[in-house]
Amino acid sequence: MGLAKRVLQGDIRATARLLREVEEELPGATDELKALYPHTGKSHVVGITGAPGSGKSTLIDVLIDAYRREKKTVGVIAIDPSSPFSGGAILGDRIRMQRHATDEGVFIRSLATRGWHGGLSKAAANVIHIMDAMGRDVILVETVGVGQAEVDIMNFAHTSLVALVPGTGDWVQTLKAGILEIADIFVINKADKQGVNEVEVELQAMLQMGAPYPDAWKPRILLTEAINNKGIDDLMEAIRQHREFLVASGRYEAHLRERSRLELIEVLKSSFMDRVFRMAGGDDYVEKLIDDLASRKVDPYSAASDIIKRILQEGTF
Amino acid sequence: MVSERKLRILVAKPGLDGHDRGAKILARAYRDAGFEVIYSGLHQMPEQIVQAALQEDVDLIGLSCLSGAHMYLFPRVIELLKENEAEDITVIGGGIIPMDDIPKLKEAGIREVFLPGASLTDVVDWARVNVEPCRYGERD
Repeated sequence: MGLAKRVLQGDIRATARLLREVEEELPGATDELKALYPHTGKSHVVGITGAPGSGKSTLIDVLIDAYRREKKTVGVIAIDPSSPFSGGAILGDRIRMQRHATDEGVFIRSLATRGWHGGLSKAAANVIHIMDAMGRDVILVETVGVGQAEVDIMNFAHTSLVALVPGTGDWVQTLKAGILEIADIFVINKADKQGVNEVEVELQAMLQMGAPYPDAWKPRILLTEAINNKGIDDLMEAIRQHREFLVASGRYEAHLRERSRLELIEVLKSSFMDRVFRMAGGDDYVEKLIDDLASRKVDPYSAASDIIKRILQEGTF
Repeated sequence: MVSERKLRILVAKPGLDGHDRGAKILARAYRDAGFEVIYSGLHQMPEQIVQAALQEDVDLIGLSCLSGAHMYLFPRVIELLKENEAEDITVIGGGIIPMDDIPKLKEAGIREVFLPGASLTDVVDWARVNVEPCRYGERD
């Protein structure tokens, strides 16, 4: 039996294996993804982003618990950085969630960024699809610990949570573009720490200046102490309200459409590039061209037009 | 285009044993060798370790035990892997383990045992030589 069929039946081993094949970009994986695609688009994808140590993994741990009480099945994708030197990684998010390891309704997969920027990993889109096809009601995606500009998650998640902690900067941070703009829900975690009111007030001030569209979602600000399981009911309620808002306003459909557009462009880009390089003369030709670029015998503009010329001469694409 | 196949390793602490300095140092050494390492955290039941290994599709499980309960915990992990048809995952062990127990553990399916004083290079090299992320393309 193919892996896809077993994934649809919720088979853990087959799913884990397919996730690996997708991550390694093995040739067989594409056919499995094709078979799974019609079964995707059903899960509610919730993204959790924020600085390192803001409590993302612990928030996910308590959210898993809350969703399981509602009898919902959960998929978790937890991303940690790969070393730019060794290529290795410590995938440590799972430590906070290990109490759910033996619950069949919870599937946790750690991914390394493998050189991908933006807070996610290259495989993240397909990993979401696979967990979706597996029938998970909710998929929680934890980004790497981020700074200011890693906003990829907003393209994948229906609902984006941004986790903050008290004491991480003054008003000027809330003026800046980037991560604070993508939050549907702000979670000020570690709310027992000093400075929690300042963060809340700055965020409120920031939100009052924005929201020019009357029918837009008004981002919520919530206080939590994930480690003490405090504030989680309100957080669950806010996530539920956001989902209802998306559905009622037609944004849920729009998101799916936009997601599909981006995905088509991504897949087209990578298959196009593969094909272009192959038609231009394969790896040997490309490597030679890169050598010439490195030694400055040729410039990238001329190299690119050379490739295009060769393809046009081939005639068929 | 096929990207590089990475070795994925689960470093796990089974049982009631709070000493994880060694496990953490090992996790770091594996990371520096270019592997992707999942660390389980402390106080894990064999069931939790095996489920984590399955979900993460690891190639190697490194069990660390300094509590003396290795003769129960290590074979139990092997047993659970078999029950889940995952005996292709290599399992090694380390910690305070009497010499007499080593042959028994190996008989139970623990591929290698590392004792206090083992060099990090040896442990990392063992994984490089003996474990390959090669369990692909199987269709059953």
